[in-house]
Amino acid sequence: MIFYVLKRLVLVIPVVLAVAVVCFLLVHITPGDPLVAVLPPDASAELAAQLRKAYGFDRPLPVQFGLWVWKALHGDLGTSIATGRAVLDEVSRAVGNTVTLAIFAAMLGFVSGGTFGFLAGYFRDRWIDRAVTTIAIAGVSMPHYWLGMVLVIVFSVMLGWLPAVGAGPGGWAWDWAHFRHMILPAVTMSVIPMGIVTRTVRALVGDLLSQEFVLALRAKGLSEQRIFVHVVKNTAPTAIAVMGLQLGYLLGGSILIETVFSWPGTGFLLNSAIFQRDLPLLQGTILVLALFFVVLNLLVDVVQAAIDPRIKRS
Amino acid sequence: MKLRALWAAGMTAGMLITSYSPVFAESAVRIGMTAADIPRTLGQPDQGFEGNRFTGNTMYDGLTQWDLSSADKASVVIPSLATEWKVSDADKTKWIFKLRPGVKFHDGSDFNADAVVWNVEKVLKQDALQFDASQVGVTASRMPSLRSAKKIDDMTVELTTAAPEALLPINLTNLFMASPTQWKKLYDAVPANVADTKERAKQAWDAFTRSASGTGPWKMDKFVPRERLEMVKNAGYWDAKRVPKVDRLVVLPMPEANARTAALLAGQVDWIENPAPDALPQIKQRGFVVYQNEQPHVWPWQFSRIEGSPWNDIRVRKAANLCIDRDAMKDGLLGGLMASATGTFEPGHPWRGSPKFQIKYDPDAARKLMTEAGFSATKKLKVKTQTSASGSGQMLPLPMNEFVQQSLAECFFDVELDVIEWNTLFTNWRKGAKDESARGAHATNVTYAAMDPFFAMIRFLDSKMAPPVSNNWGFINEPEYDALVAKVRVAFDPAERDKALAALHERSVDEAAFLYVAHDVGPRAMSAKIKNFVQPKSWFVDFSTMTMN
Repeated sequence: MIFYVLKRLVLVIPVVLAVAVVCFLLVHITPGDPLVAVLPPDASAELAAQLRKAYGFDRPLPVQFGLWVWKALHGDLGTSIATGRAVLDEVSRAVGNTVTLAIFAAMLGFVSGGTFGFLAGYFRDRWIDRAVTTIAIAGVSMPHYWLGMVLVIVFSVMLGWLPAVGAGPGGWAWDWAHFRHMILPAVTMSVIPMGIVTRTVRALVGDLLSQEFVLALRAKGLSEQRIFVHVVKNTAPTAIAVMGLQLGYLLGGSILIETVFSWPGTGFLLNSAIFQRDLPLLQGTILVLALFFVVLNLLVDVVQAAIDPRIKRS
Repeated sequence: MKLRALWAAGMTAGMLITSYSPVFAESAVRIGMTAADIPRTLGQPDQGFEGNRFTGNTMYDGLTQWDLSSADKASVVIPSLATEWKVSDADKTKWIFKLRPGVKFHDGSDFNADAVVWNVEKVLKQDALQFDASQVGVTASRMPSLRSAKKIDDMTVELTTAAPEALLPINLTNLFMASPTQWKKLYDAVPANVADTKERAKQAWDAFTRSASGTGPWKMDKFVPRERLEMVKNAGYWDAKRVPKVDRLVVLPMPEANARTAALLAGQVDWIENPAPDALPQIKQRGFVVYQNEQPHVWPWQFSRIEGSPWNDIRVRKAANLCIDRDAMKDGLLGGLMASATGTFEPGHPWRGSPKFQIKYDPDAARKLMTEAGFSATKKLKVKTQTSASGSGQMLPLPMNEFVQQSLAECFFDVELDVIEWNTLFTNWRKGAKDESARGAHATNVTYAAMDPFFAMIRFLDSKMAPPVSNNWGFINEPEYDALVAKVRVAFDPAERDKALAALHERSVDEAAFLYVAHDVGPRAMSAKIKNFVQPKSWFVDFSTMTMN
């Protein structure tokens, strides 16, 4: 197992390097002036040159890349052009908010999706299956930003039960004043993973129940509860892989949902960085999010291998 | 017995808690702004004039300021931390500013000539300890002629410009005075292991953003980047009339218009900037008040005047200006959220003048001019305009441009719209019509602020401002404009300066320099509990006068 984990860790290094190169190049090849946030278009050419030098944009691209990677390896992602704040601080704060929201949304989505999936799988082609499938299809088909707006209209504007936007009175804390701000965005975010997990688990459970080993378990006289445990264990590797990917998407933040709810997470930060052409912030955020995916996939692989030894052997 | 005692103690405690009422209730106004982040709080805000509105004019003062007291009169420059100023008779590049005595920064230190010199040098003197490159762009470009500052005595400073510049007092509304004492305290607090003075200065400025200290009517109380800024009133503000009537001002970034509107309707905020236009009826129906006023902002087509451009013919320029039904655009397309533009400045403004060419909707006159220029329904004039799909100050660029396109089609124009990304369009603005980024366009549609004469007219009309120097995108090169600009720059008497500016504006309208379409009106919706608010003809507002019932 240790050898397997080490092998996977070694394979992560070229992926991380490739991510760094792609994210640096993607950001730099887009048209527009990176100093647009601090340099009005009426600024003199002399002033523009002065600032370009101060921010290091006068250097050749490979030099800029080398410096950026070197600093990133030392935990310095640079300084935001627009705000003057350290990118690492900006991203850390945003990641904290997004992770909080994503975990809550994932719990909602995975628990409801798993429950719905098992119900639909066990009661295949019955009314429960049809009802659950309808909910799951609605979940994956509905534009979530639209759902977010509808929830805001109903629960904030009409009923006045929950706040419409924001993350609470400044800085996250585990109290009701903050938690109530998270309910609507989390419910909105949970709808897609709920639908995907439901459909995946339903298909897996339906497939497993029709397999011969389940027939053999029944023939051996195992109780339905024991059979259910076997079904869960056989469903888990694939379901966990799907949940891992979904969690990755959730942790990546949603530009649309975070903008609709003014939730100060990574999606909100990315949106702001894109519109302000804030290259250091954009690069830093994309890099951290990409690393999230890489680490998460690594974790999912390791967990899968721990649960299902066949994966490790292959 | 024990239970009874417990019950009695509980009841007593409950009565004490429920009967408690605070001696006073703090009044607070919460504002949802359009920016995605709190504008920089260190004295020179980013995010354009929205930045100045929320973190500039609130916590800081300049030597001069805009008069925001009237909704009817044009907003003009008045004294602020400087009580009077005049240019030197011997050398017109030197200005003497007398400072207001008795003014204190929020940290308790004195405002004086040293503070002015320190603040000028934070953006202009590269070897000054407090020099901060990140503040230079948004400041130096707004006072392009200022070169240095020198202390004469504690309450007098001498400012030097690169050349005679009558507009300096107006430019100085953009230089906010931050506290040198507070900054030095934060600089000294930087850990000793940070030896590099530039790095120490950078860290001091970063700390200053969280512990800001200016002289303004509001003091920073709580700052959470990207989430909220809370300011409390400065009870000791030097202008007694402008001591805030509300105890706390909370500013929240809400870039999405529907989210802002929902937050207002849900009672989460008391005031929103730029409500979603289609939500206005609902907002009004639920008892909120909508304010708007003509802003110093222009939504134009800036014409290319390079060789071969069809806009070189004044008949064509005038025809386009006569062919737009601005009232229909205002009422039909924008739900009343615009003012029709008949120039950069409208009647009543001191820089308006009396143009002979009256910009109005007169399609017959427009077609007559186009016929004279050699065009007809069967021989239309092809023109191409660059615009964006969104962008700060662009209002609704696509629908508005399509409206203009359809209107001009009635006057023998065949308009092609070249829609590009906002930041790219903005960057291209500086490159000019001759650059390949223009892709052969004959006009560009970049809106602009018209607070300051340089930004409103000079950078577009002066031939010396052609790219790459500034924003004369179309390479306008007319000796008369240049002569009028030169007069403006040396008109040191305010009345003479206004006269010179009016002459320049008159000329630009008579020449139909731009296709003038609209002015933004800065709509904002707020709770009916907010009283005594004045929305001036400005990008800025004074938060000090409002009360909260």
